[in-house]
Amino acid sequence: MSSILPNACRREPTAEPVPSFDETLERRGLRLVRGKTRTLQVNVGYLCDLLCRHCHLEAGPQRPEVMAGETMDAVVAYASRVRFETIDVTGGAPELVPGIRSFLARLAPLTPKLILRTNLVALRERAASGLMESCREWGVALVASFPSTHASQSDALRGAGFLEKSIEVLRDLHGQGYGSPGSGLTLDLVVNPAGAFLPGNQDQAEKRFKEHLGRQGIQFNRLYSFANAPLGRFRSWLERSGNLEPYFKLLFDRFNPATIEGLMCRSLISVSWDGTLYDCDFNIAAGLPHGSGKRHVSSLQGVPAEGTPIATGNHCYACTAGAGFT
Amino acid sequence: MQTYYDPRDLEGFGDIGKDAPGLAEKFFEYYGAVFAEGELSGRDKALIALAVAHTVQCPYCIDAFTKACLEKGSNLAEMTEAVHVAAAIRGGAALVHGVQMRKIAESISL
Repeated sequence: MSSILPNACRREPTAEPVPSFDETLERRGLRLVRGKTRTLQVNVGYLCDLLCRHCHLEAGPQRPEVMAGETMDAVVAYASRVRFETIDVTGGAPELVPGIRSFLARLAPLTPKLILRTNLVALRERAASGLMESCREWGVALVASFPSTHASQSDALRGAGFLEKSIEVLRDLHGQGYGSPGSGLTLDLVVNPAGAFLPGNQDQAEKRFKEHLGRQGIQFNRLYSFANAPLGRFRSWLERSGNLEPYFKLLFDRFNPATIEGLMCRSLISVSWDGTLYDCDFNIAAGLPHGSGKRHVSSLQGVPAEGTPIATGNHCYACTAGAGFT
Repeated sequence: MQTYYDPRDLEGFGDIGKDAPGLAEKFFEYYGAVFAEGELSGRDKALIALAVAHTVQCPYCIDAFTKACLEKGSNLAEMTEAVHVAAAIRGGAALVHGVQMRKIAESISL
């Protein structure tokens, strides 16, 4: 297992100035267990055209870990055995993974809602040629990471020129009907803070982004704002910049017990690029598999039983701070 | 005490209520109400507070409201403009008193 983990996950953990997440749950009389599993999340690999500074998976152009054809077959077979309400395909940049088009085409009839997560600019890469049109044809919902409407914050996370390029892709998507009322083509945006602070009020951010992007002729459906998980490249930056301790303290101080009930890990099963099952995408980065040990998607007949404990680590504080990650 | 200002003092702000709890309670209740969403958004109020923090040169407030502004979705360009508003008012306030200076000087000059 250790050979496939991102660098940040192999290093010795730095002491964190907060009680363990499990201890916090116990002190408050809370338990984090699975509810009804409704969503299949598939991480098709860490290959990406960007090197985002907040990436919990340390994805990038040099990462060789991508889902092989036989693993895709196993995922499709699992999605045929269990009809999920949602299938959520993520990465890296899934658009760049060989065989992604056929994979999406096979998944689309198996679920009422197929989601493709995109960093937007990957849709313009040669490897993704025509994928936008195919997604429109199959009614794939797009969830695009779009950190900020301001170049200084956006480019700080993603690299120079990202904002301008991603606006161009949003215009292309708008041209395809994405985000337009009545089109049935959903385009949601995901915003992460550009640093060691928490996101603000999601509804107000959505209103502000809609006004700003609307002036540029771009529409979208919903905006979701989530805290950065202290894992991978973001954790490395926290350590280097001296922000690790204050960030954990911030997450701990803003622990909101009301978030536990709706946490996405309660209703989702995540498959990593090599077919291993996890309770969420952050646990892939943390190397915490679902259940009692490493298990392949091909061995799973149904969904995990309700009441099964969820593997946790201190990165879970990122999902329970403030409004939480639901 | 090595310096007059210690960042950890901000975390202990509530201690101000230890010997005068009634007054502290009234203040913090008022403070909370002021920063609640109202006719102005919480984001607008944080930017105003950031500007005022620079005017009163309160390091605790600058620390707290820099973070609050970022959390509420402001960017550095907006925050820097807010500080310039504070600087303009503060500088303008000094300069406009120059009119008083000139009037006094003129009244006693030949």
